[in-house]
Amino acid sequence: MATFNLNINGQKHQIDVDPSTPTLWVLRDHLNLLGTKFGCGIAQCGACTIHLDGVAIRSCMTPISVVEDGAITTIEGLSKDGDHPVQKAWLEHDVPQCGYCQAGQMMSAAALLKNTPNPSDSDIDDAMSGNICRCGTYVRIKQAIKTASKL
Amino acid sequence: MTQIKTQFNRRSFIKISAAAGGGMLIGFNWLAGCAPGTKPEEMVAVPNEWFDINGYIKIGDTGMVTLYSPNPEIGQNVMTSMPMIVAEELDVDWKNVVVEQAPLNTGLYQNQFAGGSLSIRLSWNALRMAGATGKRMLLEAAAKEWNLKISDVTASQGVIKETNGERSVTYGEIAGKAVGIEVPEEVDLKDPKDFKLIGTSVKNVEGKKIVTGKPLFGIDYQREGMQLAMIQHPPSFGMKAKSFNQEEIKSMAGINDAFIIDTTITEPTWSDVNAFPQLIAIVGDTTWQLMQAKKALKAEWEVVGELENSDTHQKRLDKALADGSVEESRTDGDVNTAFKKATKVIERTYSSPFMAHNTMEPMNFFANVTADSAELVGPTQTPEALEGSVAKLLNMPLEKVTVNMTRMGGGFGRRLYVHFGLEAAAISKKIGGPVKLLYSREDDMGQGTYRPIYRSTYKAGLDENNNLIAFSVKGAGLPGGPVFPNRFPAGAVENYKAEKIGAQTNISTGAWRAPRSHFTAGAEQAFLDEVAELAGKDPIDFRLELFDRAINDPVGEKYEYEAERYAGVLKLVKEKANWGEKKPGVFRGVAAYFCHFSYVAEVIDMVMENGKPVVQKVWCAADCGIVVNPDAAKNMIQGGVVDGIGHAMYSQLTFENGAPEQLNFDSYQLMRHSQAPKDIEVFFVENEIAPTGLGEPGLPPASGALANALYRATGKRHYQQPFSSNQPIVG
Repeated sequence: MATFNLNINGQKHQIDVDPSTPTLWVLRDHLNLLGTKFGCGIAQCGACTIHLDGVAIRSCMTPISVVEDGAITTIEGLSKDGDHPVQKAWLEHDVPQCGYCQAGQMMSAAALLKNTPNPSDSDIDDAMSGNICRCGTYVRIKQAIKTASKL
Repeated sequence: MTQIKTQFNRRSFIKISAAAGGGMLIGFNWLAGCAPGTKPEEMVAVPNEWFDINGYIKIGDTGMVTLYSPNPEIGQNVMTSMPMIVAEELDVDWKNVVVEQAPLNTGLYQNQFAGGSLSIRLSWNALRMAGATGKRMLLEAAAKEWNLKISDVTASQGVIKETNGERSVTYGEIAGKAVGIEVPEEVDLKDPKDFKLIGTSVKNVEGKKIVTGKPLFGIDYQREGMQLAMIQHPPSFGMKAKSFNQEEIKSMAGINDAFIIDTTITEPTWSDVNAFPQLIAIVGDTTWQLMQAKKALKAEWEVVGELENSDTHQKRLDKALADGSVEESRTDGDVNTAFKKATKVIERTYSSPFMAHNTMEPMNFFANVTADSAELVGPTQTPEALEGSVAKLLNMPLEKVTVNMTRMGGGFGRRLYVHFGLEAAAISKKIGGPVKLLYSREDDMGQGTYRPIYRSTYKAGLDENNNLIAFSVKGAGLPGGPVFPNRFPAGAVENYKAEKIGAQTNISTGAWRAPRSHFTAGAEQAFLDEVAELAGKDPIDFRLELFDRAINDPVGEKYEYEAERYAGVLKLVKEKANWGEKKPGVFRGVAAYFCHFSYVAEVIDMVMENGKPVVQKVWCAADCGIVVNPDAAKNMIQGGVVDGIGHAMYSQLTFENGAPEQLNFDSYQLMRHSQAPKDIEVFFVENEIAPTGLGEPGLPPASGALANALYRATGKRHYQQPFSSNQPIVG
C-alpha cells in the first residue's frame, strides 16, 4: 500500500492503494467514477480509455503509480455539462447502440481532435483502431468525429 | 382504425405518492431519462402527484408522463422504441415523456425478454393497447367533467378538447379525475396513416447519459455493504473444480472468502446452459485484489468428460455429413434423378468455426440472498428465466425472487443464459450478504454459450437452358445443424432436398445473433452467386427468376417466406445501388436473406487499395414492416452489417485439450475501425405490415455479399470462415 495524490477532472484526490493497481480500478472501485469501462484488461479494446495530460491512454494497464504527477481526465470530466463537441456530435448522430464502449471511443476521439482538428479518414482509423465497438457503430463514429471537428 | 380487446385486469387510475412516481427502481437517477436535447425549461414541471394506469403509464399532475419500457435493453434501442409506441396511442408530446426500465413483472407485462428479434413484434399490440386505454380513460374523465359524450371530445399531444366548444384540459389536469373510471372492454387503435410519432426518428432516451458516462450498466451497479466477487472456471470443457489453495487465497490482502460453488439445478431449461456448474468463487473488497487472487490460484481440476480438440470437431462434422442422423428435412421432386439429367452440376462445401459472443461488458450480476428472499439486479436478456432458475437453485418460492434489469453492454444472445446470475446468487447465499460478481474477459470468452461450428454442402444442377432444376443442401453442426429446410430456395426449385444434421460436443453452445441464419445465409448466398455465374446470369436476375417460380408456380408444400417481399428487397437494393452501372475499380457482391420474419438485401462495393480489398460501401434494403424509429433502425442494420462482415472475416474460437485457444482480444479478432465499411446506406420498404424482426436480420446477408464481392475483387471464392485466414485483411 502507498499513498497517491491524484488530479482527476481538475479535482484532487488522495488514496491508499497497492501501487500496481491499474488506474481503471482506482477510478471505478475507489473513486466511484464509473464512466470508464472494463473490457479486456490487456489494452486491446479501448473501453477504459482516459486522458493523461491530454493523451489517450488505456487505464486498465496503466498502474496508478505512473499517473500520480499527471492530470487525468475521464468521460465524467470531458466537459462540465456534457457539451464537448464530441459529446454533442455523438448525440447528433445518435451513435450508441449498447453504449458500453462509447466513453472510450469518445475519449480517443477527443484526444485525436485536440492534436488533429481536421482529421482525414486514415487519421481517424489510426487513432480509433484500438477501440472496439462490438455493436458495429464504426460508420457513425467516423461521421460524428467529422461533425465534432466542425463544432 | 382497429378495435382491440384491452385484456387488462379490471382496475382504474390509481393515485400514488410523488415518491413512488419516479421509480428509483434500481437506484439510478430517473429524471435524466428525458429525451436528450430537451432542455429542462422546455419540459413540464416535476409533478406533485402521479396517477398510475396500467403498468406502462404514469401521468403526473403537471402533464409529465412516465412510460415504462418492459423489455431488456441490450443496445437494440427498445427503451426508446417501445415507449414511442405507447406514446403514439396515448397521444402525448414526446418531450414531456420520461422513460424508465420496468422491473420483471409477469403480472403486468408479457414477453419480457430480448431475443429472436421479437421485442417489438410480440409487444406491438400490447404497447398500443396500453396507450390507447390510457387515452380513452382520460377522454372519459374529461367528457364526464363537462357532461359530454365521449364522442364529443378529442385528444392530441396531451390536451383534450371538446369538439363543439372552447374548453380544453391537459392530461395532467384531468388525470386525478380519471381515478374510478372503468377500464374499457375495447379500445380503438389508430390507423397507421395517422401515426405522428411512429415513423419519425427519435433520439435514444439514454443518449445523454451514455455520452456523459453515467452509471447505467450492471457492472456499475452498487449497494451499501456490497462485496465484489470473481470466479475461476476450469480451463477446459470436460473438467470440474476439485480443490484449490483456499487458505492461501483467503489470507491475501483484500480477500474475504474463497470457496467452490455448485449451481447445478434440477430440471434445467434451455436458458440453463452451463458447462461449469462447479467453479471457484473469490470474494473481496476490490476488483484488482480479486484479480491478483485469481492469479495466485493453484487449483486441481477433475476430468469428467472428453477433452475435445478442433481436429475432433472437424472429424465429427465429416462423419455427420457422411452418415449423421437427420434432424429435419424437406424433399420436393427427385434430386438424384435431376442431377443425373442436368447438363451442369456444381457442388461446394462451406464451413464456419465456433465463435464467442464477446459482449463488450463482461458477464456480471448483483445478488442479495437472505433467508427468505433473493434480489437480483443486472444485465439479463431473460429476467423471467433467471427468476425461475434462482428459485430452483435456492429452493425458494418464485414470489420471493425479484429480478431488475440494468442496461446491457451488448447481448447478442449471450445473456439469454442465466448461469452468471445463479453464480452471483450462490455466492451471496454463502457469504450472507450483497455481492456483485464480475467476469474477466478470459472468464467470459472461456466459458461461452458459443455459436456452434457448422459445415454445409450445397449442390445444384442446371439444364441445357441454364435453368436450376435441382438443388440440395446438407448441413451439420455441433451440436445442431444450420439448415432451414423450408426457407428459400424451397418452393422455387422443382427438385429440392434439404437436410439438417446434428452431432455431439461438450463445448457449451447457444444462440448467437441470428442463430444458424448467420452461417446459412452466407453459405447459400455465396453458392447461389456461383450457380448464377455457371448459368451465365446476373446474380440478382437469377434470384428474381427463382422468386417468380415461387410466386407463380410454387413447388411442394408451403415454404416459410413471402416471395414477393423477398424479391421486393432485392429490387429495392438493385435500384438504390444502381446495380447495372459499371464503376471501374468497384467490385460488387449481392446477397439477400429472410429471417426473423424480415427481409434484407445487401450490395457490397469493394475496391482494391494497395493490393488489399476494402469495403467502400454497403447498400441495404430491408422490409421489416412498419419502422418505429427509422434512424435507430438504420443503426441496427448498419451494426448487423459490421457484425456479419467482421465475424466472417476475422473471428474464430479453436480448442486444444478442451481449452479455448483464444481468451482475449489479442488472439480473438473482432472488426476494428480501419477494417469497417466506409459507408453503409439503409433503405426501408414502406408498408403498413405490423413490425417484424430488426435486431438480427441485417447480419446474415452480409457474409454472403462479402464473399461475392471478394470473389469479384480477387478472383478467389471463399468457402471457409474466417476468410482472413487465407486472404489479406480487408482495410
